[in-house]
Amino acid sequence: MRRPWLLFSAVICAVAALAFGAATSLQLKFVFLWTDLLLYILAFGVTVFGIQAWQKEHLRAPWRYVLRRPLAMSAAVVLSGYVIIGLLDSIHFREALDQQTGQAEIHYSGEVISAFDKLVSPLGSRQEKTYSAPFAWHLYTKETIDTPQGRVRAYPRLQYGGYHLMNPEKDFLSDLVKGGLWALSCSMPFWLALLSGITWLAARHYHVSFSKMTKRIIRGKTRVPFRAMFLTFGTICYFIAFMVVFADQYHILGTDKVGNDVLYFSLKSIRTGLVFGTITTLIMLPFAVLLGIMAGYFRGWVDDVIQYVYTTLSSIPGVLLIAAAILSLQVYMANHPEMFETVTERADLRLLFLCMILGITSWTGLCRLLRGETLKVCQLDYIEAALSFGTGHLKIIMRHILPNVMHIILISIVLDFSSLVLAEAVLSYVGVGVDPITMSWGNMINSARLEIAREPIVWWSLTAAFVFMFTLVLAANLFSDAVRDAFDPRITRAK
Amino acid sequence: MFAYIVRRFLYAIPILIGVNVITFTLFFVVNKPDNMARMHLGMKHVQQTDIDKWKRSHGYDKPLFYNSKPEAGGHFTETIFFQKSLKLFVFDFGSADDGRNIGYDIRQRALPSLAIAIPIFIIGLMVNITFALIIAFFRATYVDYTGMVLCVVLMSISSLFYIIGGQYVISKLWHLVPISGFSADIATLGKFIILPVVVGAIGGTGSGTRWYRTIFLEEINKDYVRTVRAKGMPERIVLFRHVLRNALVPILTGVVVIIPLLFMGSLILESFFGIPGLGSYTIDAIQSQDFAIVRSMVFLGSVLYILGLILTDISYTIVDPRIRLGAEAA
Repeated sequence: MRRPWLLFSAVICAVAALAFGAATSLQLKFVFLWTDLLLYILAFGVTVFGIQAWQKEHLRAPWRYVLRRPLAMSAAVVLSGYVIIGLLDSIHFREALDQQTGQAEIHYSGEVISAFDKLVSPLGSRQEKTYSAPFAWHLYTKETIDTPQGRVRAYPRLQYGGYHLMNPEKDFLSDLVKGGLWALSCSMPFWLALLSGITWLAARHYHVSFSKMTKRIIRGKTRVPFRAMFLTFGTICYFIAFMVVFADQYHILGTDKVGNDVLYFSLKSIRTGLVFGTITTLIMLPFAVLLGIMAGYFRGWVDDVIQYVYTTLSSIPGVLLIAAAILSLQVYMANHPEMFETVTERADLRLLFLCMILGITSWTGLCRLLRGETLKVCQLDYIEAALSFGTGHLKIIMRHILPNVMHIILISIVLDFSSLVLAEAVLSYVGVGVDPITMSWGNMINSARLEIAREPIVWWSLTAAFVFMFTLVLAANLFSDAVRDAFDPRITRAK
Repeated sequence: MFAYIVRRFLYAIPILIGVNVITFTLFFVVNKPDNMARMHLGMKHVQQTDIDKWKRSHGYDKPLFYNSKPEAGGHFTETIFFQKSLKLFVFDFGSADDGRNIGYDIRQRALPSLAIAIPIFIIGLMVNITFALIIAFFRATYVDYTGMVLCVVLMSISSLFYIIGGQYVISKLWHLVPISGFSADIATLGKFIILPVVVGAIGGTGSGTRWYRTIFLEEINKDYVRTVRAKGMPERIVLFRHVLRNALVPILTGVVVIIPLLFMGSLILESFFGIPGLGSYTIDAIQSQDFAIVRSMVFLGSVLYILGLILTDISYTIVDPRIRLGAEAA
């Protein structure tokens, strides 16, 4: 069973070598933001945990249950799409500026960009003058334009959106249909190739012929709901192809007040949402697990102290504690501007700090649950047996208690994620959320809030933020429901 | 019983001290009053004399813990810790940065907060329990399945969108009620609070219904329910007479604890709908960085939360005769 490890480390080494090669040849200076590091540590941890869980039957069984739920697996496909974007967006670097002649050292741009920015490269830099509707070729407001016929009030053409159309009123619809079909024909082969690859692997795994496997999948008669997953994946593929085809020529989701592409903002917000939902849990977990188990195991004064700490913390209204901490942080940052090399680093530190504060306010719930469960587990015979053998406290906790409360930890991690993503929007609204320059759904909603009061209304920023956020939270909720059903021993499930 | 309540109130004191220590550390030790003054006066080109003046006028010119040369009174009372932190215990909140008395403002704003918080609470509770009962009645059917998916969908929508959507559809498109505002007059109050109440109640329906459904389903699997069914009682009576009554105990835990917190109002609802309650008071304070108000609200919130915990324990003894508190149990 050493092979997965070997493969895993080989992949990591290869990625590192590739990154190093790219950096030297393209003259990039990697910037490691705190949240990037934590996000990658987390991804690493989850992979290790996954490999370990897969090797042990008792851990594999609940996951197998999750694997068989169509809704949960479709949600997982969507989630992994978000995660991939988020991880790509977490590789930050600064590009080298054009070298002056006779200059020995390389100067790097002050702007920190990510691998994701490079991937969608024209998207972030194509700025219009102000609002424009989705798929529009003109601005949303009339302006006075000088034409050969004299001055007229008209909608000026956009600089980038629909600039290729000679006669927009006539050509637009056919262009749209053509592009849509082109996207379909691009995504289909890719989708089918991946489909048949997975089908082939599954056929080998179950020892059936390829055609038989295909039939089973089409009828939905497989244990793992491949049909649902493939359909979801196909939809995502089509959306991606659609964006690739049209993002060059149009602003698919329009532009905001200062003319930024809304689609770009929505996509960049994914990382903020993911960081918020995961890093907070990562920070909160050690406190909650350590203190919760200690309180339940040692009891006596340890229990009293820990209970006092968490009652005190949980009695402070969460938003207010966050507000208090962020206000203090603002004062601190305003007085120490020299600590941050770039604006991005400052914004990132604020994001991290926000996660920490949220972690500190939210560990109490899990801690209380773990304390209760540990109290219960400690009554069991095998703990007494371990004690009578003279096993040390640390070993009892690690070997006997921690594995038996693991399901609570896992359930609360996945359940917390979606509420944290939602909390980000509210906090940004209150004014104690992420830095104003960080792209996040909360900031998008906050700045677009007054747009629906406009006449005529500007609906696309809010809608974009809503759709992206809703998709992520819904997928997370559906997935976490399946995880909870699988791991919660109180819920008896039909095998 | 009385002795138990007294003891619980005494337990609250160390917790409140802890809360005060935390807020004091955040506001005065991490950030010296000098930094605070500089932030308020604008970051650059601030003279030390201006800072001193600001500190004196807001009462921040004293030492933190120990005053070595008191002008009047003792070494300990003429300090920031005593003036700004300990006085909270007697609900003396002092004055805000603009000179208004915080205690007076809180009293003024508690009523508008309650005017929307209480209807949301009651209507939300009734709607959630009704839905949960219906879903539990039709458990393991398509009604149950659709209901659960609908709940998850409702849960996945940010509360901001409920408010924005509600304001847009009902006020702007249909012109049914004003977009925002408040009136102290009972006769006209209705049209101002109906939209926030509806939005607030709908916003909580998804998670609320799911939560109560779990409670009902847990109760339905118990032995006494099987006995009732074996007696030949129709499912209707099983559910509404037996299950509902017994499920009240776990429902109470979640509900009573938030009743005192209703005073604090809802942060975003109030600010979106322009209701002059404590929620919008807090938001305004956060946005104008008025530390005195934030500190007072933190303290008030903690007091109310602890009160909620005590009320929960007391209400247990009322609904469940098996639970005895204090000396009687021993």
